[in-house]
Amino acid sequence: MSIVTVQLGQCGNQIGREVFNTICSDARGAHGLCSKKENESYHDTCKERFFFEEESEVPVARAVLVDMEPKVIGQTLSMAARSGCWKYDGHSHFCQKQGSGNNWANGYSVHGPRHKEAIMNLVQKEAEKCDRLSGFFTIMSMAGGTGSGLGAFVTQCLRDAFPTSFILNHVIWPYGTGEVIVQNYNSVLTLSHLYQSSDALLVHENDVIHKICAQLMNIKQISFRDVNQVIAHQLGSVFQPTYAGEGGLLYSRNPLGDLMETLVPHPEFKMLGLRNIPQMPENSLAYSTFTWPGLIKHLRQMLIANAKMEEGIDWQVRPPRLGSSIPSGCSTNKPLHFNTSIANLVILRGKDVHSVDLGSFWDPSLYTSWLNPQDAFHAWKTPRAFNKYEKSASLVSNSQFLLKPLDNVVGKAWNMFASKAYIHQYTKYGIEEEDFLDSFTALEQVISSYTIL
Amino acid sequence: MAQSVVVQVGQCGNQVGCRFWDLALREHAAVNKKGIYDEALSSFFRNIDTRSGGDGPDIYKGKICSLKARALLIDMEEGVVNEILQGPLRDVFDSKQLITDVSGSGNNWAVGHKVYGCQYRDDIVEKLRKNAEHCDCLQCFFIIHSMGGGTGSGLGTFVLNLLEDEFPEVYRFVTSVYPSGEDDVITSPYNSVLAMKELNEHADCVLPIENESLFDIVNKIHQMINSGKLGSTVKQNSLVTSSAGSAKSVQEKPFDAMNNIVANLLLNLTSSARFEGSLNMDLNEISMNLVPFPRLHYLVSSLTPLYTLADVNVPSRRLKPSLHFVSWNQEGWKTGLCSVPPVGHSHSLLALANNTCVKPTFIELKDRFMKLYKKKAHLHHYLHVDGMEQSCFSEAMSSLSDLIEEYNELDATKGGPRTDPSRLKIAV
Repeated sequence: MSIVTVQLGQCGNQIGREVFNTICSDARGAHGLCSKKENESYHDTCKERFFFEEESEVPVARAVLVDMEPKVIGQTLSMAARSGCWKYDGHSHFCQKQGSGNNWANGYSVHGPRHKEAIMNLVQKEAEKCDRLSGFFTIMSMAGGTGSGLGAFVTQCLRDAFPTSFILNHVIWPYGTGEVIVQNYNSVLTLSHLYQSSDALLVHENDVIHKICAQLMNIKQISFRDVNQVIAHQLGSVFQPTYAGEGGLLYSRNPLGDLMETLVPHPEFKMLGLRNIPQMPENSLAYSTFTWPGLIKHLRQMLIANAKMEEGIDWQVRPPRLGSSIPSGCSTNKPLHFNTSIANLVILRGKDVHSVDLGSFWDPSLYTSWLNPQDAFHAWKTPRAFNKYEKSASLVSNSQFLLKPLDNVVGKAWNMFASKAYIHQYTKYGIEEEDFLDSFTALEQVISSYTIL
Repeated sequence: MAQSVVVQVGQCGNQVGCRFWDLALREHAAVNKKGIYDEALSSFFRNIDTRSGGDGPDIYKGKICSLKARALLIDMEEGVVNEILQGPLRDVFDSKQLITDVSGSGNNWAVGHKVYGCQYRDDIVEKLRKNAEHCDCLQCFFIIHSMGGGTGSGLGTFVLNLLEDEFPEVYRFVTSVYPSGEDDVITSPYNSVLAMKELNEHADCVLPIENESLFDIVNKIHQMINSGKLGSTVKQNSLVTSSAGSAKSVQEKPFDAMNNIVANLLLNLTSSARFEGSLNMDLNEISMNLVPFPRLHYLVSSLTPLYTLADVNVPSRRLKPSLHFVSWNQEGWKTGLCSVPPVGHSHSLLALANNTCVKPTFIELKDRFMKLYKKKAHLHHYLHVDGMEQSCFSEAMSSLSDLIEEYNELDATKGGPRTDPSRLKIAV
């Protein structure tokens, strides 16, 4: 089954290109460390998922590019074509001249309705090119105007037009300081709207990825390109083909459906965080070896202690002991900083995956009381190595990972809202104070739900 | 891509504007090696087919034939505009995009605004429409003028009004040059305050430039060049410090270096809209992010390299500890990254700040105004003009006072205890 990617705004388009790049070069790569047959099967599944095979030329990404100003799309299209390994469909993009001015209201209330037909036509065409459509993967940032505002509108349209397809929104959380001044307003409006139409929100935080680039990848002058490449690697580690169960003969057919089924049991809980280890500069790969037990141990502690990367993990944090007399559902007996999960998905790629012991992830104390581990934890595996890493482990987690960032953003936005600053810029385009209040309420509800896990 | 139209009014406006076009051409020439008319060029220039002689149709793609600035030149005396049209930039300007008169405004805001405004209204509207028709997506008007004189100040603000009426959706960015305390025009405080009222009400964003500051900067640069302390700090052949290699080969006039700085400011401001980068910043984003309340739209600008090269990081956090932000905008940073540096430099940094530091400038202006107004000095020159009344003065004064008061209120929140408003409570 195929996934149609919708790249929204500058961020969405820049990341989207890196994702297709990573996926394509991984699929073609000779570092699979597995049998030829295995490799071919992987390659074919990946192709069907993300690319449309034309007769003689390079594969064409199943993507729709949307932006309200032309520079980024132009750049994205030409850089893809120049790679020589893949490209975008020359017609599958929509852009305008003027941008959204970092204004969510402009993206949502003006550009959305104005360009709905044109954009949805493009999406429809891509969807029709798929033999079977698994669903939509949208990439956007929350801080700007197009990705956030128009992105929220487009997600709604996707939901209306394709009520039975899955929609996964990949959302970029901006740097805590200084990308866009009104980023907190834009974020609050985006998240509250996405929560209504999307199936799940997969989040990457710029601050976190920046740290990974600085501390793990040893990059000195970190550019957005570096950040986007790390994000692409992490996404690739989730979306490349895997086997869902033990002894599977075929690669899973429905990646988005499987993801939703395993990770989103309840519509109130849609925030997914992503961790991937190990991460290191490419030229160090040859000199490093990892063991599965070591990787699993780190990954589990990263989950429990809400660590953003494999360095600086707080090993003091332990899961609470069960069986105490305090009634379940009451979180006061949970130690501070312990990250409670609703559901977790671990994805393992590489050498000797069959031998990996994941028992530590079945521990019921990791999870909220209203789910048992059999339902809450899943593992996907493939012996085929990913992106030149001999062993690679990813964790997609529906847990309290994003509680603090969410609370921060809502807090700052509320603070600004109390002084009514910048509100005139939104009311100009039809987003009133009431709409803001609705969004705040919706998000406080989400925060509350995640807090009492 | 979106286009912008520059409206240069009065002597100062036209001189600065001229510098801007010169620099813009050089910048594009340095970047655009193949001579193709691309999106970047089209934001400020039209490409005209002149083979059939005179004003041919626009060419939207392909090779550059003849570039015309998207500009309207307005001056109520002919000297400055004539000089431009006889100079090396004469072919850059469309001969029909000019409005001139003979006698000037006599440093009188009322003459510029009421008399000439009325007289030339239809002409101005028609020429602006023509300019707008040549744009397939007009995003922004840049008005360049001074506040102290008669034409730039009076007619310039009249044009601002007009733009709001005729093109309400297009952003209005105004670069206003404020007179120094030692300005040789005695009535410059009157002109400035009368113009301020218009800026308060009709501009989206104002970039106030003080002649005094420009003068200081130019002096400092000359000192550094003369003292031999060159090296990495001041580049000899950069566009910022000198007009070497530019269209003017005559001896530099005193305002040239100062105008150069303002022109550079405008170039940098629009660079992200013209060229690509990893975090584009469009002109409408400037207004969105830096104007929290409609009237507080005065943006103080600073540009480097003038002295030292700052490290352009993602994002710029180094200044944070020393700046006092309002409590509801503690991380009030908007960042834009453009991949194309200015000619002769590897980096440059433009900072725009919405800062209460503009308050002293306005207070000084108000004081200078009051000194004259209390004695009713020179008032009769203004009141003679049809349509001008004493109330114009008092209204302008209160507009300025209100503005100062708004800034005062923000300053008052500084240093006080910070109590964040309590969040919404959700019933569990």
